[in-house]
Amino acid sequence: MKPLLDIDGLSKHFQLHEQQKLIPSCSAVKVTVYPGQLTALTGPTGSGKSSVLKCIFRTYLPSSGRILYRDQEDKVTDLAQASEYRILQLRRRDIGFVTQFLHCLPRKSALDITIEPLLARGVSHQEAQRRGRDLLAQLQVPERLWGLPPATFSGGEKQRINLARGLVARPRLLLLDEPTSSLDPGTTQSVAELIKTIKQEGVGILAIFHHPELVKRLADQTIRLQAPAPVMPEPC
Amino acid sequence: MKKILEVRGLSRIHGPGCPLCFENTGADAETNVCASCGSVVAAQDVSLDLHQGEILGIVGESGSGKSTVVKTLFFDAEPSAGEARFFDGDQQLDLFSLNAARQRWLRNHRFGMVYQNPNLGLNFNVSAGGNIAERLLMSDVANYARIRQRARDLLTRTEVLGERMDESPRRFSGGMQQRVQIAKALATRPPLLLLDEVTTGLDLSVQARILDLILEIQHELNTAMIVVTHDLGVIRLLAGRTLVMKYGQVIESGLTDQVLEDPQHAYTQRLVASAL
Repeated sequence: MKPLLDIDGLSKHFQLHEQQKLIPSCSAVKVTVYPGQLTALTGPTGSGKSSVLKCIFRTYLPSSGRILYRDQEDKVTDLAQASEYRILQLRRRDIGFVTQFLHCLPRKSALDITIEPLLARGVSHQEAQRRGRDLLAQLQVPERLWGLPPATFSGGEKQRINLARGLVARPRLLLLDEPTSSLDPGTTQSVAELIKTIKQEGVGILAIFHHPELVKRLADQTIRLQAPAPVMPEPC
Repeated sequence: MKKILEVRGLSRIHGPGCPLCFENTGADAETNVCASCGSVVAAQDVSLDLHQGEILGIVGESGSGKSTVVKTLFFDAEPSAGEARFFDGDQQLDLFSLNAARQRWLRNHRFGMVYQNPNLGLNFNVSAGGNIAERLLMSDVANYARIRQRARDLLTRTEVLGERMDESPRRFSGGMQQRVQIAKALATRPPLLLLDEVTTGLDLSVQARILDLILEIQHELNTAMIVVTHDLGVIRLLAGRTLVMKYGQVIESGLTDQVLEDPQHAYTQRLVASAL
């Protein structure tokens, strides 16, 4: 089986001009993700797990290395080099990212936030709402909350809305950054079930989990990151 | 997505200009004023692409040249150098070499502009409905009943009360004036909409509803937009890609979330660090 995502030699450092510092974030990272499988990223705080996900999504510009993504037509794109338009297209169609915290407008309802990715793909409003409701129910979000903006929701409720939005359009590659950190054991269980289901549907997943037992249960492959070595300032 | 606009090497110099103008000004020189000839370089070698249905943000502080870019594209100001190609159906138009009549035609039919100052976009001597009618007349809709109906539809769409369409926009609040401007700009369903600081100076609640309206329009009509603002919040909400300008130059460009979370240029890092 060909990998969906093949990362080699990925490094990221931040150059802070004001402080005249180079901050290393991750270095020499090698990761593969296969369709229908879950690769877990582990390692101590500061080893750059989240940075790897952000580099794949291009929220961070990788400093070096390649991030090869294979699309439906078997075309390989280096996400580290691809044009902004190609990245936007892949974000819309192929790659989903569930971050730890829900960032959304304080005036949109939970259901509207959930179905945004479907609408962006041109799914009809009615069909999008149907799929959104199904998923929220599956994630045990109480129905009385669906019409409300998530601003006042608990951490766990917000996190499930965030997950629902990430999963609703069934991306081919899913990036998960601690999606269960604020969930109680019961809802963590339903999230784990859902992740199993979408794996069976063929979605490739790269995940950072707060709970080690989830790694054990769900991961087909585990990659442990080390804290990056300090980077030498570039010669001027 | 299809490309709708391509700008290359756009510059605008106020004053005589000299061969050293570009060298003497810009982000590194930290000035707009050429030390050799005293000319003011408002925009220097700006290039950008815009695709159908896309919102491109341009951020920068006052004097960075961001408004100059949209003003030249709307023919409110003349460029000193550079090219802009507008792709309309299977036509390709070289904007700055068109004659004045063709430029006026494009302004009236294919482009829309919303200014920070409603005085620039609206005629306060006619009613809100009349403002929209003016634009429809210029774009060859001549039937009175149809014009009135369309004006009413547009104002309703932008949440201006239909029963106030016969009042002068002078009597409207700032937020409502912006809505009338947006309705007027949309009257001809232009594929390109330019928005210059449209929410600056409005109350936060009014700002939010105008921004929501802009997003809804993008979804409904697939209008391509260039949004000029100094407000990073506006960019975060609206724009997929962003250009950062300083002293007339584009110093950084990228996906909006990348520009905000991993800014590369020292100035952008300072700008992001100063956001509330």
